Amino acid sequence: MSANTPSRLEKVLANGHFAVTTECGPPRGSDLGVITQKAEYVKNHVDAINVTDNQTSVTRLCSLSCCIHLKQLGLEPILQMVTRDRNRIALQSDILGAAAFDIHNILCLSGDHQSFGDHAQGQNVHDLDSMQLIQTARHMRDEGAFLGGDAIQRPPQMFVGAAANPFADPFEIRVPRLAKKVKAGAEFIQTQCIYNLDKFEEWMKGIRDRGLHEEVAILAGLTPFKSAGMARFMKNKVPGMDVPDHVVKRMADQPKEKQPEEGLKICTESMQRLKEIEGVSGFHIMAIEWEQKVPELVEGAGLHPRPEI
Amino acid sequence: MIVAEQKPIEEIIQEIQDDHSVLILGCNECVTVCEAGGKKEVAVLASALRMHFMQQGDQKQIEEKTLERQCDSEYLEELRAQVDRYDSVLSLACGAGVQFTAEKYPSTAIYPGVNTKFIGVTEEQGYWTERCQACGQCILAKTGGICPVSRCAKRLLNGPCGGSTQGKCEINPELDCAWQLIIDRLSSLDKLDDYEELVPIKDWSPDRAGGPRKVVREDVTS
Repeated sequence: MSANTPSRLEKVLANGHFAVTTECGPPRGSDLGVITQKAEYVKNHVDAINVTDNQTSVTRLCSLSCCIHLKQLGLEPILQMVTRDRNRIALQSDILGAAAFDIHNILCLSGDHQSFGDHAQGQNVHDLDSMQLIQTARHMRDEGAFLGGDAIQRPPQMFVGAAANPFADPFEIRVPRLAKKVKAGAEFIQTQCIYNLDKFEEWMKGIRDRGLHEEVAILAGLTPFKSAGMARFMKNKVPGMDVPDHVVKRMADQPKEKQPEEGLKICTESMQRLKEIEGVSGFHIMAIEWEQKVPELVEGAGLHPRPEI
Repeated sequence: MIVAEQKPIEEIIQEIQDDHSVLILGCNECVTVCEAGGKKEVAVLASALRMHFMQQGDQKQIEEKTLERQCDSEYLEELRAQVDRYDSVLSLACGAGVQFTAEKYPSTAIYPGVNTKFIGVTEEQGYWTERCQACGQCILAKTGGICPVSRCAKRLLNGPCGGSTQGKCEINPELDCAWQLIIDRLSSLDKLDDYEELVPIKDWSPDRAGGPRKVVREDVTS
């Protein structure tokens, strides 16, 4: 794999290193200090930082402004964009907005349904879906043109990513679905949080059987549990999440004060096992409101220091 | 058919409360089939309203009529001789019927008595579900005869999303995931390879995005 864009993340992968990304959720207000603080925790331990786009449909500070802020702090942002809230005009406009500040990574998503959020009565857009947003970002970059056909002055140079959930149903479609995202133009994939490693390995085998791991960099998604309650919530309440009973039990068997430590331990062990799977190119650590623990996880998995690019 | 549901009676009462004479106007098409605005529902609603206003000491005159269709000039003409006798007409037709009635009778107030819900089917008696959003450019040939525009909560053309769990949609565990249905159907037709074809970016201009739509057939215009 050779790099097509100035993306640092792409270069780390192209040079054959495991990549490490993390994410931070913007605040429910206009204080960028929250982003500065989260960035401070992780800046020496990751290659790039995703900024979520109104995740779970709860209205927040926009991903784009937080990405610009990270860029101005000298860090590498990954702009998350969902197709729920903007039509093709706004999506392309915001991609240019990011490109204007030399943001070189985008993650294309459809987004959680608005009924989960704070404006359940709102309309959803879905003029495009996530696959079509991948195609759009690639088209703008590779053809230097808008979907409508007109040329773009100074086109975006973005490394284009997508999400994959190996655990959602129907399972038999999960490998073909990834193939479809690759066909659409996805260059990196960040997966849903992995707790069921056996099932993830089965999915990866399907990926390797089709040679997809040669075409796309797969970053394994991880979220450490803070408590047994969180493990139960993820298991029972979060759609498309697969948390095996033995993992919940392992958390619950610990006294409350030791549960955070156990959660981090499970996460580190998972990363060590995932590193051995052929086709896993890196990790995407989603330490939800626990960003200060990212360095410990990265070090625990033997992924520190990050390569100089 | 177009599926509708009668408005709460409190809302209907509010619509007509200032009028002395009201015609409740049913429609013998879709709203009859979905039991929201046919002759039977007109009669039941008229009785309930008469009783309500009588209890209020309001001698409102409430009459009943059901047309063959309210979306057709020919049948709407049947009202012409009597419409002036009423302060208002409470139409139990779909939104198209309500509006067409209003267009034909500009000096009479026309109120809706139902909420028009969707284009759908009767799965069983008393149970209607959506099948079509009239997007104007049918893609059912590519999706195993199951429509993701009307049946996927995110109208994903290349689904399913990551929230599909045991065949159900993330927004409601009673709702089938449209993409699970599509995949099952493609499998049973031995066409699962079709799944991997990317459905191209859709032209939404034939949808409501392109403004109010019309169909003109010169071969059948008189």
